[in-house]
Amino acid sequence: MKDEITRDDRVANLKGMGCSRKRVEDARFTQGKGNYVDDIKLDGMLFGDFVRSPYAHARIKNIDISAAMEVPGVLAVLTAKDLEPLGLHWMPTLAGDKQMVLADGKVLFQGQEVAFVVAEDRYAAADGIEAVEVDYEELPVIVDPFEALKSDVVLREDTVQDGKPVDGAHGPRKHHNHIFTWEAGDKEPTEEVIANAEVVAEETMYYHRTHPCPLETCGCVASMDKVNGKLTLWGTFQAPHAIRTVVSLISGIEEHNIRVISPDIGGGFGNKVGAYPGYVCSVVASIVTGKPVKWIEDRMDNLMTTAFARDYWMTGKISATKEGKITGLHCHVTADHGGFDACADPTKFPAGFMNICTGSYDIPTAFLEVDGVYTNKAPGGVSYRCSFRVTEAVYFIERMIEVLAIKLDMDAAELRRINFIKKEQFPYKAALGWEYDSGDYHTAWDKALKTVDYDGLRAEQAQRVEDFKAGKTRSLMGIGLSFFTEIVGAGPVKNCDILGLGMFDSCEIRIHPTGSAIARLGTISQGQGHATTFAQILASEIGLPADSITIEEGDTDTAPYGLGTYGSRSTPVAGAATAMAGRKIRAKAQMIAAYLLEVHDDDVEFDVDRFVVKGAPERFKTMKEIAFAAYNQAIPGIEPGLEAVSYYDPPNMTYPFGAYVCVMDIDVDTGVTDIRRFYALDDCGTRINPMIIEGQVHGGLTEALAVALGQEIAYDDMGNVKTGTLMDFFLPTAWEVPNYETDYTVTPSPHHPIGAKGVGESPHVGGVPCFSNAVQDAFRAFGNTHTNMPHDHWRIWKTANALGLHD
Amino acid sequence: MIPAAFEYYRPTDLAGALSILEEHGDDARVMAGGHSLIPMMKLRMADVPHLIDLQDVEGLGGIEVSGDSIRLGAMVTQSDIINHAALTEAAPILREAALQIADPQVRYMGTVGGNVANGDPGNDMPGLMQCLDASFTLVGPDGSREVDAREFYEAAYMTAREDEEILTAVTIPLPKGGYAYEKQKRKIGDYATAAAAVQLVKDGESCSAASIAMTNLSDTPVYCEAAGAALVGTTLDDAAIKAAVAAMLGGIDPSEDNRGPIAFKTHVAGVILRRAIERAWSRA
Repeated sequence: MKDEITRDDRVANLKGMGCSRKRVEDARFTQGKGNYVDDIKLDGMLFGDFVRSPYAHARIKNIDISAAMEVPGVLAVLTAKDLEPLGLHWMPTLAGDKQMVLADGKVLFQGQEVAFVVAEDRYAAADGIEAVEVDYEELPVIVDPFEALKSDVVLREDTVQDGKPVDGAHGPRKHHNHIFTWEAGDKEPTEEVIANAEVVAEETMYYHRTHPCPLETCGCVASMDKVNGKLTLWGTFQAPHAIRTVVSLISGIEEHNIRVISPDIGGGFGNKVGAYPGYVCSVVASIVTGKPVKWIEDRMDNLMTTAFARDYWMTGKISATKEGKITGLHCHVTADHGGFDACADPTKFPAGFMNICTGSYDIPTAFLEVDGVYTNKAPGGVSYRCSFRVTEAVYFIERMIEVLAIKLDMDAAELRRINFIKKEQFPYKAALGWEYDSGDYHTAWDKALKTVDYDGLRAEQAQRVEDFKAGKTRSLMGIGLSFFTEIVGAGPVKNCDILGLGMFDSCEIRIHPTGSAIARLGTISQGQGHATTFAQILASEIGLPADSITIEEGDTDTAPYGLGTYGSRSTPVAGAATAMAGRKIRAKAQMIAAYLLEVHDDDVEFDVDRFVVKGAPERFKTMKEIAFAAYNQAIPGIEPGLEAVSYYDPPNMTYPFGAYVCVMDIDVDTGVTDIRRFYALDDCGTRINPMIIEGQVHGGLTEALAVALGQEIAYDDMGNVKTGTLMDFFLPTAWEVPNYETDYTVTPSPHHPIGAKGVGESPHVGGVPCFSNAVQDAFRAFGNTHTNMPHDHWRIWKTANALGLHD
Repeated sequence: MIPAAFEYYRPTDLAGALSILEEHGDDARVMAGGHSLIPMMKLRMADVPHLIDLQDVEGLGGIEVSGDSIRLGAMVTQSDIINHAALTEAAPILREAALQIADPQVRYMGTVGGNVANGDPGNDMPGLMQCLDASFTLVGPDGSREVDAREFYEAAYMTAREDEEILTAVTIPLPKGGYAYEKQKRKIGDYATAAAAVQLVKDGESCSAASIAMTNLSDTPVYCEAAGAALVGTTLDDAAIKAAVAAMLGGIDPSEDNRGPIAFKTHVAGVILRRAIERAWSRA
């Protein structure tokens, strides 16, 4: 057989790693043909919805459902009393705490689930909700975590025994409203270094509460088939297998009788990792009624009650020499967790990976202490487009660097440069415990600064300050810098588990006889484009075109066990499993090829889409031919078929990094910001699909812009949510979003099979401090050190006003 | 976000709509574009057992530009305003303001009549209509009457319109001179932090007429007669603008919300008005 096409053509035909293959998902999404949870309609399906508490803290004296039961179409109203005999009135949280499914005697936050109305349609359910009469007795409300730690008011009665606080899931409590203390690093050496340092900068910053706000809210459909005893649960789950295991553990239904399906998901960003009362109530309602039950949040439910993000009060001390070499870092966090600790973190990390807060810098001594606190706010604390608490950590260090630069009267870019971990120091063991896999920070930083003409920008900024002082302009210019190191790909089972479930991931591949394939993974795409990119990994690994490979996720009856998609773990963990499973396929294919070519196994080698006889490239068998032979030819010593499965337990996390620069003009009189330029250089190791990476960067930056410039979940003193609709909760549109310039360097992960590190969350992690630093930098010349986010118009105005710029 | 059950009516003439209003009194509401009323119903903050949709009612549409005035039918949408060339030529401030209302999808449905009749202090058209000295046509069981925009607003959601009346048209004297609609908002789709409508006439080097109204800075739109008067007869020097801004600040009564505290809104109102005056003057 004569080979008609060139090797380059053969590579291109695969559409493997490195090419900007178009997203295979988009054909259905752009035609409105996606299949989301709310698209699921089953015969006889009922609808459930919640009576929610209008109060942030109240005792429930009575719930009268009689009028609701009279509403046409209402079939049942569940309360905690109905769930108690089943042991389901409380449920475990991912953080080792427990959470009320339905209010058990009291409510702890506004919007808390009090009763579940089950009706023939959602209109009847809404009417039923109106008719449920709840008798509340208001209790003192605490929305400030510092006040919570001083207050006599006991928020959670289960935290007190004989008048004393009982131990929590992570050790002793300091106070009845205290959840845990978590420490990393060396306390005394750090304090000593700081006490004796030439220069110390201190700052307290509040990383405000916000919300991931996916376009599709959370929801599920539970269907209990009483004939065969099987429960099917469709839902917006970022971790379907974990949900199956948790449902089994708390319901007693054997795991093989539970099928969890995540269909298309309209964005997750961490909001859909945890378990919500709606899931439990839907399952119970389906068991009780024998009919499928759907529960779908509306936007206000989603913003007010399902998992929030951030809400960290961070106090830092950073010490350095007069020349700017950092010598120590101290960080204390007071973490507001709301009424229940429902953080989605690996079990051993109640403050997530906050201990990555030494950032990209070679800081010899550091100490971190986090205190978790209960308040009368909604539970959550999820990683909103980031790995566990990494946005908080990176914001902290990138602000502390700026604050230190001010103290030293140094350029903040130069201060970063002289403290970066050097290329030759990798793998680098950080003071707070992590081992960074690879990095080349100086190259990335220099490239970024050169591209934006950093010196030119500083000169322009200095001129602007002169002009402002001379009354020629009312606009200031801010240059936002940020250099971040992410920690993603959770994670090694030795230290990463959630509720005891190890955080490996998996891939199972079946090659079909005619040379196409299906691969199933333990992850689940929520818009990331897994069906596109995982097929590209496989195409390069097994030599079949990506277009001939179907990727399937999200059905626990078919997909191998995995821990799902969040924290940028899909590529680092499931992507690695995919490559490893592909290599098992290739190993068997090699034996088959050798047999077919009548040579020894070691005499053939893989070449793009085929095995060739070494030194005789005209003698080869394509993977397509090998696949057919695998099924249809009797080969001595080799069993038929061509399948593989891999469960991948990563040896380490991966550490993507990046260098961002934002140029912003600020109207001092109105607080209006105008982002003139945003440059984002990302190093995510090996790049699988550059187009998808760029899309991820655009999306992550836009959510960063939102958080930095206005997006928040705010409460008043009574615990009322002030930002419960999209009128007040900032979700940027094309109008508010600037043009983004993207760039990259490539520093592969040495321990990952294909060197990929993950990218989905980097732009958010790096973007938030970059936007914030731009605002803060604009006012540096006038004495500003730090102001808290979000930098919306009035808060910027307040900064300018406090600096006397309106006088 | 599910409304309580309601009866839906879609009359084809005004008499039909009025008779349903008369029959049900307080229990009935007319709906134009629905962008204010429907969300309130979904939040169950508005209880409307009888909803009268005006989409099919004859004679409520149409933009007429004549030699001395403009007539906008109540059902004219923001989008209609933006895309009407003769209207834009006659009163460009209408287009400039309409482009700052919400987003294109809302502007396809949102109407002039609904915007001015609802009495929401956040709406942009009421202040604009006060600036332009428009009048509103109200038709009720006893016939039709005209009410000046400057007399129409009593408090938030409280207007001179009686329950059984329907606002059918807006009539605007042909505006003269330079114009500006200046609005600060947090994002697309937001109500104003502060907005100013300014229309002024330049005669030689001095200002011979000026009209100013502010939006979302009180529980009604604020027509600032004294602010306009402060500009008339001046060359719009800094002292005149300062006097106009001071006069305006005396007339507004902003309240704190998520957009910011009173001090901020007051400051921004002054900045926005100054910019609007300067822009209108540059166009006069």
